[in-house]
Amino acid sequence: MDDKEKKQDSLYVKLIPYFEKYGILLLLVIMILVMHILQPDVFLSWRNVTNVFKQISWQSMLALGVFMVIVTAGIDLSVGSIMMLSLMILAIVAKAGAPWFIVVLVPLFAGFLCGLINGLGITLLRMPHPFIMTLGTLYIFRGTGNLISGGTPISGFTDEVRYLGHGRIDLTWLGLEKSQYLPVSLVLIAVVYFVFWVFLNHSRTGKWIYAIGGNPSAARASGINVNKILIIVYSLCGFLSGIGALILAGRTDSGYPNAGLQSELDAIAACIIGGASFFGGRGTVLGVFAGVMIMGILRNGLNLMDVSSFWQQVLIGSIIVLAVYVDVLRRDFGTRK
Amino acid sequence: MTSTNKLLLEAKGITKYFGTITALENVNLKVHEGECLGVVGDNGAGKSTLMKVLSGLYKPSAGALFFEGKEHVLDSPKDSQNLGLEMVYQDLALAGNLPIGENIFLGREPTKNIGFLKFLDFKKIQEMTSAHLEKLKINVKSAEQKVEELSGGQRQAVAIARSTAFNAKVVIMDEPTAALAIKEVGKVLDLINKLKNTGVGVIVISHRMDDIFTVCDRVMALFQGTNFAESQLDKTSRDEVIGWIMGKK
Repeated sequence: MDDKEKKQDSLYVKLIPYFEKYGILLLLVIMILVMHILQPDVFLSWRNVTNVFKQISWQSMLALGVFMVIVTAGIDLSVGSIMMLSLMILAIVAKAGAPWFIVVLVPLFAGFLCGLINGLGITLLRMPHPFIMTLGTLYIFRGTGNLISGGTPISGFTDEVRYLGHGRIDLTWLGLEKSQYLPVSLVLIAVVYFVFWVFLNHSRTGKWIYAIGGNPSAARASGINVNKILIIVYSLCGFLSGIGALILAGRTDSGYPNAGLQSELDAIAACIIGGASFFGGRGTVLGVFAGVMIMGILRNGLNLMDVSSFWQQVLIGSIIVLAVYVDVLRRDFGTRK
Repeated sequence: MTSTNKLLLEAKGITKYFGTITALENVNLKVHEGECLGVVGDNGAGKSTLMKVLSGLYKPSAGALFFEGKEHVLDSPKDSQNLGLEMVYQDLALAGNLPIGENIFLGREPTKNIGFLKFLDFKKIQEMTSAHLEKLKINVKSAEQKVEELSGGQRQAVAIARSTAFNAKVVIMDEPTAALAIKEVGKVLDLINKLKNTGVGVIVISHRMDDIFTVCDRVMALFQGTNFAESQLDKTSRDEVIGWIMGKK
């Protein structure tokens, strides 16, 4: 409609959408290169790369769940506690001698139920902000996990139960060494992320999740049942935390009271680094994956270089602030006010 | 505009109480095919309440709504949409983070089935959006442009396009030019005229006399929740209508 709209966009303006979409991947690639230069023998070795993926496996599930919630302009502080509670329930059910397929399904169901409680609380109890409901359940779920387990670790699961977190896919048929296996958790990450990418980008529900984050009153006026979608989102977030519990059970062979302590903050950090906006409606599944990878690689690389974990905290915090500052700059350039 | 055109929407004796407050009392309203009705009134005169009753957001305390001669009880905006009655809200009700096409089809997206799963049909959204914008002569770079990148006038045009994408018969617009730069007002008013020419009945709530006298065929004034005055546009004047708003005949 505007005449000045018709003028040719500068190259810079044309690049903005690409930067918005793939800028975070660029950062990831740069980090990998830097780490490779600093640790040429170790960093890109098969053993270390699979290690990174194993380390991020359960965090990546929490981050994906929290990401969907953030897209609706909400927040879920309880994912770490949901994971711990699901893990404890898994451990108790396993110790009671339930068959493995029950043990495997139990944390998924438990996580889903916890998320459902969050969703119902936020919508039916009309909590002023999801922060409050999920802050409450952060304590409630972890407390419940400690109550049912007596606050002590429960260890020892069967191989079937541990498969997703601990399993190895042999690649010797490709002519690779026995040590060059593919962790099952890596395949799981790929599958889950792909499914949720399809869900968020190619289903009506996924589109509505973005619409709610963009303008909830627009979504409502379009006949979208906003409360129903929010309940679905928080339930799925709980479900993903349940998958996280299953992976963690495999990795550690134990249900323990401190599982997932403060991991909700890691999950939020990964989303923010990956370009999700706290104002809602913005962010991509690929970005979250990059955010999780960046945090994983940073920790791994700094460990390899024997840098103190205190410095890791400082660096991760700095990256969060920097990533959001870049987002602020992008908004200034990219959006008409 | 003559009254021989088909009567689309009629509200009879609409009364709405909020507790002890009477927002509307015995208000009548009619819109015909291809006609634009201007609704004027001071703040608190009941314009917005009346529009919310018409769109099904509020239930009237008394009175009835007739659509194409048949009485309907509206339980939600979905019901009025199903009848072909669309509302363009003052705050536009668009999601800025989504492209134009996805905004126009928000909540009513076309899908295609792959197996038992339903996927969004982006190609169809794109095609239908382009065709619809073309029909209304709305110029944007592409249907994939995000709404937050548009100017206020373009956003209003998208909001209007959205309201008419599903063969709406009556479109209600709440202050369609209030948030616009002066040079964009004319374009939105042109768009309203185009809608009229396609046979849509339009109700415009506005306190801009320029808007009313550019697009409307008939004007009615609400004063303190009641029908105060009504006239064909060519039988009244700006000064008279301004007087009605202030409660003077």
